[in-house]
Amino acid sequence: MSSAASIQRKTVDVTALLVAPGVGLVLLLFLYPFLYGFLLSFSAHEGVGLRNYVKFFSTPFLSQTIATTLWISFPATVVNIGLALPIAFATRRHRLQRLLTAILVVPITLGTVLIAEGLLLYLGPQGWLNRFLLVTHLSTSAIHLTHNYWGVFLSLVVSGFPFAYLLLLSYLTGIDPVLPQAAATLGASPWRQFIHIYLPLLVPGLAIAFCLSFVQAFSVFPSAVLLGAPAGPTRVISIAAYQAAFEDYDYPMASAIAMIMAGVQLLVVVLILAIRVLFYRGPTVGPKG
Amino acid sequence: MNPSAPFSAAGESSGSKKPAPSGREQNFQQLRIEKISRNFGATAALAALDLTIRSGEFIALLGPSGCGKSTALNCIAGLLPLTGGTIWLDERRIDQLRPERRGFGMVFQNYALFPHLTVRRNVGFGLKMRGIPGNEIRRRVDAALELVQLQAHADKLPGRLSGGQQQRVAIARAIVIEPPVILMDEPLSNLDAKLRLEMRAEIKRIHRDLGRTTIYVTHDQDEALSLADRIVVLNDGRTQQIGPPEELYAKPANLQVARFMGYRNILELDLERVEGSFAFLAGSGLQLQGIAQECLTSKRAVIAIRPDDIAIEPAQRKINEAHPRNVIFGQAELVEYCGRDYLVDVLAESGVLLHARTPRRIVTGDRLRLAVSPERVLAFSPA
Repeated sequence: MSSAASIQRKTVDVTALLVAPGVGLVLLLFLYPFLYGFLLSFSAHEGVGLRNYVKFFSTPFLSQTIATTLWISFPATVVNIGLALPIAFATRRHRLQRLLTAILVVPITLGTVLIAEGLLLYLGPQGWLNRFLLVTHLSTSAIHLTHNYWGVFLSLVVSGFPFAYLLLLSYLTGIDPVLPQAAATLGASPWRQFIHIYLPLLVPGLAIAFCLSFVQAFSVFPSAVLLGAPAGPTRVISIAAYQAAFEDYDYPMASAIAMIMAGVQLLVVVLILAIRVLFYRGPTVGPKG
Repeated sequence: MNPSAPFSAAGESSGSKKPAPSGREQNFQQLRIEKISRNFGATAALAALDLTIRSGEFIALLGPSGCGKSTALNCIAGLLPLTGGTIWLDERRIDQLRPERRGFGMVFQNYALFPHLTVRRNVGFGLKMRGIPGNEIRRRVDAALELVQLQAHADKLPGRLSGGQQQRVAIARAIVIEPPVILMDEPLSNLDAKLRLEMRAEIKRIHRDLGRTTIYVTHDQDEALSLADRIVVLNDGRTQQIGPPEELYAKPANLQVARFMGYRNILELDLERVEGSFAFLAGSGLQLQGIAQECLTSKRAVIAIRPDDIAIEPAQRKINEAHPRNVIFGQAELVEYCGRDYLVDVLAESGVLLHARTPRRIVTGDRLRLAVSPERVLAFSPA
């Protein structure tokens, strides 16, 4: 018996070694820079301490970037999830779903800079949208959708929506289609099938999709610069970090801002996951006898 | 106490102020299924099923997998649109109603219990959808859980129940809404043999107590025979025979049904002559007299005999001894002990292999005399 146990232990040890390259890579590429930045954030010209953090939170010009970023990324995430959920639901068994998925994936592959350029051309003062509105007299003056809050917001939706859509689609198709059928035979209309069956089973998926979309939106940088007003309303936290690092050459300060950024993201993710715990998190197919 | 009391009590209290689940009728005379069909692409999964079901009847749809029986059930439930035909609940046409408007209770093969709801809320789901007040839901759910003996598990999630318990929840969930018709899609196929027998009896008991019209899909003829008032045999989407179990068992309409009803000995022989309803057949060294089940026109005929209808006794036969019709000599080739009796594969002298069942103890290699009554030899035209 003891030999069997030792054999088993040995097998486990050998198998566990297979994780080593992955762990090594994570340590090298993520944990090391993170720890380096973390330690760096505590050093300053005057010595070691919390000086950088104190400076960040005592300087409104810096600290208000948290609110600015949240003010863009939170609504954008809500809109992304809010749009992706009904569209994924409507197309989950549609025969054109593959085509639609392919079209929606394109913005992901384009990258934020190309999206920003496209939106500038489309929505700018001389863009197609404004020309169309002026020509059709739907509007007498140009609508300002670029170089302000809305430019950044729209670019976050364009780049974030496909991501949320694909995530939710995979969660939705993982729900056993017999469950809503069973609900239908029990008298549930399609709407109530959605409310009572799909939605509760989708809570874990929604939480994960929200977290990932939010983190993506919170770290917005290129579109905040290209489409936004980086000196004012869209001066997001990553711009503050960039300026600290590459305009002031204050790496410790930049590291501190990066740490604060990570802290805010972590806080939101933990909050969402904590809410998720209150809901059902088990399998999304009926239990098998 | 009348076991159906909790349900009739519920019916009585809600008689006056029932929230009237729109157009749902608890009482009806008959469910008429008129020539319903369903195609998937070019293939007909179900062709022209015609069936009139009386209120309270237990109907089994029986057939091999892929025969269209589940398709038929899904069509009746409203989960699959029909390609053709109509369905009537008395004078009300229901085939274009969505499943939630038909209000038929359904028990799914994999039970389809809502994994995020407790047993109590699973069972109460249909009542909640009907807008029934909470205290009445509670009372009716308790009654239903008592009926399936699951009161102790009311607050568990389905994932923590055994297969048999999940099955009971699925049944309780379907009957608690007091549907005019309960549909069951192979509800026992995921259970082990012992539990299957128990649940079969349970379903029979519930049907006896509540008298709900039930349509039950199965591929197991024992289930169909033991549960149903009438059996519908389907094959390749087509109705083969509709009738009471005794009738199907004794007089299968064709070879397909005979095969399904346990007629394991199926042989094609020469047809010598037909006298009245009797057919005289010979071939493969056998001489048999049987009953013509249909008009036999060709020179060949196919006979079907059930293993139980063959009487076996040990025999030493003298060489070249003449023997009467319907008697076959042979040797036990393979003996399977089944507890109550033995299932014996007998190699006849002529080289034909026959299956027979006997309570007599038989050992491989025994020489045997088989005899079968002419009434139990069914002769069909070759396919």
